[in-house]
Amino acid sequence: MKTLTVSVVTPDGPVLEDAYQMVSCKAESGELGILPGHIPMVAPLTISAVRLKGEGSSERIAVSGGFLEVRPDKVTILAQSAEKPSDIDVDRARKAKERAEQRMAEKQADIDFRRAEHALKRAINRLDVKDNNF
Amino acid sequence: MASLRDIKGRINSTKKTKQITKAMEMVSAAKLNRAEENARHFVPYSEKIQEVVASIAAGGGDASHPMLEARDVKRTGYLVITSDRGLAGAYNSSVLRKVYQQIRQHHSSAGEYALITMGRVGRDFFRKRNMPVDRDITAISDQPDFADIKDIASETVRLFTDGEIDQLFIYYNHYVSAMTQEVTEKKVLPLTDINVEGKASTSSYEYEPNQEEILEVLLPQYAESIIYGALLDGKASEHAARMTAMKSATDNADDLIGDLSLSYNRARQAAITQEITEIVGGAAALE
Repeated sequence: MKTLTVSVVTPDGPVLEDAYQMVSCKAESGELGILPGHIPMVAPLTISAVRLKGEGSSERIAVSGGFLEVRPDKVTILAQSAEKPSDIDVDRARKAKERAEQRMAEKQADIDFRRAEHALKRAINRLDVKDNNF
Repeated sequence: MASLRDIKGRINSTKKTKQITKAMEMVSAAKLNRAEENARHFVPYSEKIQEVVASIAAGGGDASHPMLEARDVKRTGYLVITSDRGLAGAYNSSVLRKVYQQIRQHHSSAGEYALITMGRVGRDFFRKRNMPVDRDITAISDQPDFADIKDIASETVRLFTDGEIDQLFIYYNHYVSAMTQEVTEKKVLPLTDINVEGKASTSSYEYEPNQEEILEVLLPQYAESIIYGALLDGKASEHAARMTAMKSATDNADDLIGDLSLSYNRARQAAITQEITEIVGGAAALE
């Protein structure tokens, strides 16, 4: 079966590069599934999980602040942060979640609120990816 | 002439200083290796993001975004990257001198520029001269993660998008080699000089949902990545500069110890000669 090369890069270095059969992810405009031979495309991703399906194996990656560049035989995911489940620090994510919830409850200025909301989303996303619940 | 004891004391203290500078040199060498590695890790991300930005900018003529357009300059932002600590030779002073000159040349009042500093030395330098520092971040680790500086980078970019500043320059030491670092001035915003190296023609993308919204997400990220890249470059330079400075301090200590040992031996010999003369003189007087 045809495969496409998927590479995930962040400012802190490459996270993953391997061949997979399908990439499914959540873009700003909705869920996207990419198979080999897709036309070139660029799309921003939401804070979400990217699922990579390979031969008998699959991989989940928590991304935030990312976007997706598609070529017929290659998919590149550029993200400000991207983590495999094994790299996720559950304690840290849990603490971040509590902190964000607390800050949102206090209802501060707009910008702070938005930031807290983002932080909360990132934390929840990390925990979801870690626990594999979608 | 200084007494034997004085010289001995100076030799010992210089030796101790040498031990310290030697240790700092080795620490910096190790940190430099790590910093070089970090900078290397960052390359694929920056190349890719630049490629995509360039192809979007070149591909669609109708793609416009405030961050791509030059506007009348009322206020200029300066992002200055320095270290937290000194003992790094001319690392900080050369960057600061350059920024200071630029500001003196182009601005007559403090309202015309905004300063954003990374590192304690830079912040203190401008505060001491009563120049307002808008944002600052200190205690950046030697191996900074992108997450460490994301806040200040995105705030800086927001200053531009909100119209508080109309252009943004970044000043840092570019790492050329372990021996040479160059003060570099780089215009970050507006993104008018994205270089399109013919790559764009090979890949015309489909945009999902559309170009404008992608630029909305992509350009701030691109600007932040430039800032992060400059920081990594600056960190590598910092460790290289500190290593070189400590190396020359160690060499100087060696020279000094050599000189002092020489005068110590001379003084010792002179003392012995004097004693002998005294004994001989005393014996001669008895005869």
